[in-house]
Amino acid sequence: MSQAFDSELDASGLNCPLPILKAKKALAALSSGQVLRVIATDPGSVKDFEAFAKQTGNELLEHVEEGGKFIFLIKKA
Amino acid sequence: MEEKKFAIIATKGTLDWAYPPFILGSTAAALGYRVEIFFTFYGLNLLKKNLDLKVTSLGNPAMPMPMPMPVLVQALPGMQALMTSMMKAKMKAKGVASVEELRELCIEAEVKMIACQMTVDLFEYSTSEFIDGVEFGGAATFLEFAGDADICMYM
Repeated sequence: MSQAFDSELDASGLNCPLPILKAKKALAALSSGQVLRVIATDPGSVKDFEAFAKQTGNELLEHVEEGGKFIFLIKKA
Repeated sequence: MEEKKFAIIATKGTLDWAYPPFILGSTAAALGYRVEIFFTFYGLNLLKKNLDLKVTSLGNPAMPMPMPMPVLVQALPGMQALMTSMMKAKMKAKGVASVEELRELCIEAEVKMIACQMTVDLFEYSTSEFIDGVEFGGAATFLEFAGDADICMYM
């Protein structure tokens, strides 16, 4: 992990659509330009976070997979 | 960008069918859609303060079962309660949200929920049985919103 982040959300063990809904809430607490790091274990979250970023305008800066966990960095629009 | 609109009609009141309207409603709201759900017939059960939703394999041969079971056995007393508690345990183990939790997320996200007044009268429900914030209306109320919705679904 290279990039810094302002807030972190651990959505491990949660299934669709909870990681997205919790990320939406966590982003609401941030200011524009701040970065949220999300950890998820739901394989479906990969496509879902791409779609979420595309539709909400929040930028998906990075997405990596580490030992069965999916880690997303999302920059608030 | 103009706000997108998503209109849903929820007609079923079983545990399994409670998921599609609340999952899509809450997710669409998180994506910036304005969402309205119209609950009619058995769907009204999803708006009760006290949710007591059940699932059954009867009439639903596609429901996965832990072991093969003749339909007549599936119909025995207690089987529906057993299947419901097994389904709930499975959902919990897999990190699937409860219906209560998803409904709460819909409410937080300001998903508008409309109860069909005609069915409320038909089944002699009292409006006090429903959660706060529910509006009561009819077909015209739904169509007013659905008429210019981007997505409209019947569930």
